[in-house]
Amino acid sequence: MAALVAEECVGQVVLPGDVLLLPAHPDEDAERLRLSTGAAPRGRLLCGPGLRRCEAGLLVTKCGLLRHRQAGGGAAAAGGAYWVDSQQKRYVPVKGDHVIGIVTAKAGDLFKLDVGGSEQASLSYLAFEGATKRNRPNVQVGDLIYGQFLVANKDMEPEMVCIDSSGRSSGMGIIGQDGFLFKVSLGLIRKLLAPKCEIIQELSQLYPFELVLGMNGRIWVKAKTVQQTLIIVNILEACEYMTAEQRKQALAKLSGN
Amino acid sequence: MAGEVKTKLSKNLLRMKFMQRGLDSQTKKQLEEEEKKIISEEHWYLDLPDLKEKESFIIEERSFMPCEDLLYGRMSFKGFNPEIEKLMVQMNSKCKEEEIEEDDKMEADVSDEEMARRYETLVGTIGKKFLRKRDQRVLRDEVEEDVNSNTIPSKKAKKKFLKPQD
Repeated sequence: MAALVAEECVGQVVLPGDVLLLPAHPDEDAERLRLSTGAAPRGRLLCGPGLRRCEAGLLVTKCGLLRHRQAGGGAAAAGGAYWVDSQQKRYVPVKGDHVIGIVTAKAGDLFKLDVGGSEQASLSYLAFEGATKRNRPNVQVGDLIYGQFLVANKDMEPEMVCIDSSGRSSGMGIIGQDGFLFKVSLGLIRKLLAPKCEIIQELSQLYPFELVLGMNGRIWVKAKTVQQTLIIVNILEACEYMTAEQRKQALAKLSGN
Repeated sequence: MAGEVKTKLSKNLLRMKFMQRGLDSQTKKQLEEEEKKIISEEHWYLDLPDLKEKESFIIEERSFMPCEDLLYGRMSFKGFNPEIEKLMVQMNSKCKEEEIEEDDKMEADVSDEEMARRYETLVGTIGKKFLRKRDQRVLRDEVEEDVNSNTIPSKKAKKKFLKPQD
């Protein structure tokens, strides 16, 4: 167990048990500053996945690279954010995450969905857009469903929904027929979902296709022909282990054909 | 002696709703305190040290979404699924556009002066709607009298029953 200064560890490997010390905020000083300059109230610090707050500062619970974002980058992190960028394959349900689930059972009012977590998620038949007691959604065992977690506790069965707070589906629900589902690591999914991801931008130049990315590591691809679908799948799978240079070469070969 | 016995009512009786009115403030306070004591003794609590004030400025977040500003998970390219492409634009530009939209809303379509002018006329018109018919006439007459007070008195004579002439 080592106590480290958080700012110095950004971009470096941290291990579970490490304690990250945050810059001290002596209240007296802050009070004096506020009186003299009328400074804006300090935002709250966001402590993301892989970190837990403790008395001294932040306690690391996963191994990976420490990441930091400055304040003002988004609405959620007014005071900046720290998190650990880790490489893992096992998905742990998190409230609000969008994932792809496979229907494994229909049990009365609930569907059971395999989302790759330790437990199957439940999905109510009423949690679809336009569903009523009389008008049930047509969901069969084996269907793919894109939805988000409403309840995700370590002690409870995760619960999913396919509507947002205003009752609209906004893209969630049953994913259409055909297509190809495969699994990649959670790190790659985050890389693909990042804004201005190079891989996605390069692929989008190739030909028309559709993509669904779940935070649980599942990707569903559909293009006009089976061959085109499989090309996308192979590229995405290989991205895990290819450098940017290798990827560009592979894509150049494809677009040349 | 008989009087003393009379005033000593049991606590449980004094606590009843209909007895509360007659009580003086001191006994009321005493009763309340006793009640509080009973409640606090019955309550369970965790024997833990209080969390320090210092920690309150950290928010724990289990999701990567707010940290990394991830995009929406459904994508379509080159017109494969136009619905999804529309949705992509909508979902991915949400956070950026919100700020712009807010700014737009703040710009007033109607200037303050025009608003005041409109309301001036509106007050009378709407107000009339909520008056009874009789009051409306009174209001109208008053206005007319004000307008042409020094000219001809209002033409409208009050309607009277006309006797048939024979």
